[in-house]
Amino acid sequence: MRLNKLRMAAVVTAVAVVATVMPASQAATNKQLEIFTWWASGGEAAGLKGMTDVFVKANPNTPFVNATVAGAAGVNAKGVLVSRMAAGNPPDTFQAHAGQELSGYVKAGQVEDLTFLYKSEGWNKIFPAGLVKQLTTGGKIYSVPVNIHRANVLWWNPAAAKKAGITAAPKTLDEMLVDMAKFKAVGIDGIALAGNGDWAIAHLFDVVLLGSMGSAKYNGLWTGKTSWRGPDVKKAVDYMAKILAYGNSSKSLDWPDAGKLVTGGKAGFFIMGDWASSQWQSDGLKLETDYTWAPAPNNVDAGPVYMWLSDSFTLPKGAVNRDAGIAWLKVCGSLAGQDSFNPLKGSIAVRTDSDAKKYDSYLQAAMKEWKTDVLVGSTVHGVNYNNAGMAAYDSAVGKFYTGGAKDKTGLIASLVAALAASKA
Amino acid sequence: MKRKHVHNPWGGFFFVLPSILAIAVFVYGMIGWTLKLSFSHRTNAWSKDNSFAGLSNYTGLLEDPEFTHAFGNLMKFTVVFMIGTLISGLIMSLLLEKGIKGEGLFRSIYLYPMAISFIAMGTSWRWLMDSAHDDKATGLNMVLRAAHLGILQNDWYSSEKGSMYAMALPAIWQMSGYVMALFLAGFRGIPDDLREAARVDGASETKIYRHILFPQLKPTFLTVLIILGHISMKVFDLIYGIASKSYVTKVLAIYLWQVIFDFQNFAKGSAIAMVILVIIAVVVIPYLRYVNKSEEMK
Repeated sequence: MRLNKLRMAAVVTAVAVVATVMPASQAATNKQLEIFTWWASGGEAAGLKGMTDVFVKANPNTPFVNATVAGAAGVNAKGVLVSRMAAGNPPDTFQAHAGQELSGYVKAGQVEDLTFLYKSEGWNKIFPAGLVKQLTTGGKIYSVPVNIHRANVLWWNPAAAKKAGITAAPKTLDEMLVDMAKFKAVGIDGIALAGNGDWAIAHLFDVVLLGSMGSAKYNGLWTGKTSWRGPDVKKAVDYMAKILAYGNSSKSLDWPDAGKLVTGGKAGFFIMGDWASSQWQSDGLKLETDYTWAPAPNNVDAGPVYMWLSDSFTLPKGAVNRDAGIAWLKVCGSLAGQDSFNPLKGSIAVRTDSDAKKYDSYLQAAMKEWKTDVLVGSTVHGVNYNNAGMAAYDSAVGKFYTGGAKDKTGLIASLVAALAASKA
Repeated sequence: MKRKHVHNPWGGFFFVLPSILAIAVFVYGMIGWTLKLSFSHRTNAWSKDNSFAGLSNYTGLLEDPEFTHAFGNLMKFTVVFMIGTLISGLIMSLLLEKGIKGEGLFRSIYLYPMAISFIAMGTSWRWLMDSAHDDKATGLNMVLRAAHLGILQNDWYSSEKGSMYAMALPAIWQMSGYVMALFLAGFRGIPDDLREAARVDGASETKIYRHILFPQLKPTFLTVLIILGHISMKVFDLIYGIASKSYVTKVLAIYLWQVIFDFQNFAKGSAIAMVILVIIAVVVIPYLRYVNKSEEMK
């Protein structure tokens, strides 16, 4: 009896040891996935849920932990993330705009080179070559883009345009100014401006710079090839001042409120990224009837230009669950992942083999242009400048705007300083 | 059998030791670390160089137009906020001091803004102080128009020159009730005999306030000034709630946040933090010395 009891105890202990050790040996790198994003509501959260479902199906044994910090454009999330990275306690993956926004983390050696994933997953071939080139710094790529947004979109309300006698989208900035005067003549503000926090005005300035000098010179601004003190920038600033003069008198709107001025027929044009479309659709508005779009006016380029920005995910060095992080990145770059995320987020897939039928008519048009247009990056959304440069750029334009668009030399001096801040 | 002496004089010390340690580490230790960072080379995300950089981070601030702008904004805000809150708090306490009916109700109403979170309040005031004019006016501008004072409509905190004065409005609205409560307690602490004696001597009510009551309120007045002053120097959430990081309303604490978390310039951010600390110390330390002295005199 006694022996039996001992034997029993031994067996039970052995089973218990095996039971705890077995998962523990996997758990060393795959216990859970802690993901850090600022997608907390609306289409963003819905899209993330779609992608999460794909991940959970493929990795049923890895609990998914979402460390979401709410706040538009990631203002609050970035604060928390910087603290965690500096403290050596990174999440297993975090969200960041693709491009120079990541350069701080790259130089700090806090994120891993992901070139190996691009090779093993075939993303080198399936992502547009122009994008892969813009993502590569020093032969290395540090993030996996999940979506593409377009920044240079001109939105307007067909009913308001009809009232003002406007029949076609303006092709150049001068035509746009003429149309804005027409809006004003019938008591509609020429353009909707979202002044809160400066970034949406800086976003407009990005688009005006591009429209005024064309893609080649625009791309040169961020490297120093096009001089900020030259005549091209001066001309763009003149356009900017003229455009701002047609804006709404409320200077402190968030972009959704500024957008409502347009869909409500109180303002004519709106320059905003294409997330506006998914926002309006979730408000029950219909593309083509309640609002419509065109590529933003451009004086120089012969063909259409696509000002892109992209949300991407990274692999922080020293992440506790590195394998889970890699599994997540594979989902981010996969066809299933991108096609379940993007239709809900209101953006297009990075992959060129994405299934157009899953997307609405605006996004289908965007997908076509994405494959053929000249690509330039958005400054306000992380492509061209690092965080310091971006903040200085936003501040410079915000100061110009609240100062009544009068201090043009001051703006140019601040823009020169922004380039220096980004290079420092 | 009463014990009159504490046998172990260290007993009391051990009881307060945990809080001494906590304060030493989390307050003074952290201040020390910030001070060290502010003299270091850690001016970007990737630098680990903690070596001594001299005063360069501080002298850099003087040449930084964004810093001087934020500093100027903070000073404007402080002056308007302190004077406005003092005056409105004093007036409210004078009204209640007379012992009107339903004093408790009014006291609660005046104090209530203190209970509202900065962010909720900021959001509401952002709508109230919207800069839309004329037929598009909302919030305060709409109220002004309805009162046939349309000429007074303005850009509030979005205006180039007046932004900080407008920003002081919600702060005054929030803190007035608190100042009122402090003054009211001050008034109530003055014995009635003094007033009665003055009245018997034939002093008018104005004279009683001027020569009897207000001089007695001096310590309260000083306390109020210090409390308001240090709240004002640290202001962050109210402004962030209303205008986020907009240039026009940037103050030191907002800029500090931006430098640390957006620019990841830890050295410069620490230097700004030390500047804020010194400004507050200049206000608070003389007050603490004064309080200690007057307590010794008692």
